[in-house]
Amino acid sequence: MAFAHALGDSSTSSGAPTTKAKRKLTPYLLLLPGGLWLGIFFVIPIFILFMTALQTPLPDGLPGQYIQTFTFSNFTEVLSRPQFLDALRRSFTYASLATLLALAIGYPLAYAIAFKAGKYKNIMLIMVIAPFFVSFILRTIAWRQILGDEGPVLDVMRFIGLASETTSVYPSSFSVVAGLAYNFLPFMTLPIYSSLERMDVRLIEASGDLYAHGLTTFRKVTLPISLPGVVAGTLLTWIPSAGDYINASLLGNQRTTMIGNVIDSRFLGNVDYPTAAVLSFTLMLSILILVSLYVRRTGTDELV
Amino acid sequence: MENFDKENATNFLKNAMSRRGFLGAAGAVAATGALAACGTGGSTSAPASSGSAAAAFPTDVSDTEKIVRWANWPLYLDFDDAAKTYPTLDAFAAASGLAPTYKEEIDDNATFWGKVNGQLKTGKDIGFDIVTPTDWMASRFIQYGYAQPLDAAKVPNKTNILDGLANVSFDKGRNYSLTWQSGFAGIVWNKEKVPNGIQSVEQLWSDELKGKVTVLSEMRDTMGVILLSLGIDIAAGITEAQWQQGLDLMNEKLGDNSIYKVQGNEYSKDLISKKAWAGIVWSGDVFVLNAENDDQWGFALPDSGGTLWSDNMLIPSTSSHQSNAMALMNHYYDPAVAAEVAAYVNYICPVKGAQAEMEKIDPELATSEFIFPTSETLKKASVFPALDSAAEQSFTDSWATTIGV
Repeated sequence: MAFAHALGDSSTSSGAPTTKAKRKLTPYLLLLPGGLWLGIFFVIPIFILFMTALQTPLPDGLPGQYIQTFTFSNFTEVLSRPQFLDALRRSFTYASLATLLALAIGYPLAYAIAFKAGKYKNIMLIMVIAPFFVSFILRTIAWRQILGDEGPVLDVMRFIGLASETTSVYPSSFSVVAGLAYNFLPFMTLPIYSSLERMDVRLIEASGDLYAHGLTTFRKVTLPISLPGVVAGTLLTWIPSAGDYINASLLGNQRTTMIGNVIDSRFLGNVDYPTAAVLSFTLMLSILILVSLYVRRTGTDELV
Repeated sequence: MENFDKENATNFLKNAMSRRGFLGAAGAVAATGALAACGTGGSTSAPASSGSAAAAFPTDVSDTEKIVRWANWPLYLDFDDAAKTYPTLDAFAAASGLAPTYKEEIDDNATFWGKVNGQLKTGKDIGFDIVTPTDWMASRFIQYGYAQPLDAAKVPNKTNILDGLANVSFDKGRNYSLTWQSGFAGIVWNKEKVPNGIQSVEQLWSDELKGKVTVLSEMRDTMGVILLSLGIDIAAGITEAQWQQGLDLMNEKLGDNSIYKVQGNEYSKDLISKKAWAGIVWSGDVFVLNAENDDQWGFALPDSGGTLWSDNMLIPSTSSHQSNAMALMNHYYDPAVAAEVAAYVNYICPVKGAQAEMEKIDPELATSEFIFPTSETLKKASVFPALDSAAEQSFTDSWATTIGV
């Protein structure tokens, strides 16, 4: 978009022929670093990944030795193993649940920071970002203590009669989803905050002047204005969640395996590169399709 | 007081960074990098036809380049906190006139392999003259022809290796590798929750322990212990049918939730939080956990037997400082030096005569089963056999499938 816009600008602008030529070059030069980056670190690796997916084990070779055979049946073979499909399905389910949870927590939080925090605004923003100063893994491990059999969550639930002595929440799909929602919460909160923060508060007053209830005001005014933030936030939460494997490995068990765990284990542990490549490729493709459907539905014009 | 704090801090560090502690955490993070960086890594494979690749190792330039570069696991060599030096390594430097470089470069076997196998394949210097992989990875180095043979004349202390380690299946006669340190996989239990202790693997499946048992994600250790409990002598080799028998037992125990989780070193957190009451774990970790948590756990090799794993020093095929590397190996096979290291790292010391030397350093440690197991204990420990290529691929695949990845 920005590209087309820039091109349009330069063609309509007036000036001496030489500067005109220069201006025509400018957008391309500006794109060069990013383009090279994408080419070297995205397009080429994707190509290599795809080629790896089409390899077969070297006859009588050692583990980890493969030859390029263009065996497209790798895809059908790998994707017909129910265990892998389950992991794929689980990844998308967990990522979606985590995104909804993060939205339910993140939106009110962003709203409070933007409109109600007053002089504490900056402190609250720092509190949202502060967890990033601690390692992702350490924070996730801490959740084991929180959700553990003798941890505070179960203690409280037992006290109010919601859980029995034998109830446990870790490891379970619940703890994995909770971990995902927690870890990606800032990615949800910050985009929503930034779109709410730019909003003109007088719009809310105007809506009130026109006899709209608080809820109607939110539905007709605040929510539409913050929608780009919501879309950005959900994407920033959902995409990394779907590929995440730290939460599932630290907070889950063999029943909550996500596709990232499978790829990690097949690539590094089993040195089964073609299977890992097929799964990575499938994961990327599925995310691409699902995200483009989502973005098409919600519209991206306000995003840019 | 000050002493106490220091000890506490050291213990904490040890726990946080114990040699296997990195398996889960750092391995997981590094994996992302490896995935991105390796692309095809070893996959497009010019066959480094096993063994026969002995052809072209770099010429030894040890005489002109007085260096030796060593890659090892974190907190795996005696370290002087105050002086920030490795005393035994400094002693080696002073005696040999060589300048050793020591790096805590290996935090996961698979990740390390991912990092270096491309360079090893193309014969580019990986930057190390000694690497220290675990048995099965050492086996892969040797099979791929990525390890250089040792010259017995240059490592005279080589004969000090414990008898049990002298003829491992992946390197009969220790022609390529020497054990750095070893450890057991056996059974741990919480003394308060399981007051009578655990003597057999079967006891792990009792009703009282349902949902309270953790096992290692390291295939060779968990399956080793499981197969031994089924009366299978793993050291003699494992057939496909026996393997399936072990997997069936795993499947059953995972299915009825006897085992609540299969995991790497993070199990120590679950032991502390009492989520896990018992399980199949590594001896060295229990040693550290007990040291800092008031001896809460018991550890034993089950009656049917446990596994003994080792990390092994070997010279990668790209090294051109072979003689220097062998001089360093020789240094660490001096019993006095080995005892000094063992007093710090608390793993099983592979060097004969080190126990006598330990008497001089710390008589209490000289009787530690964790460092100098008695021959009775050692009899109960088996080394997981080297697998041929087809078996390794099929075993790792079915294991991963069983544990859900």
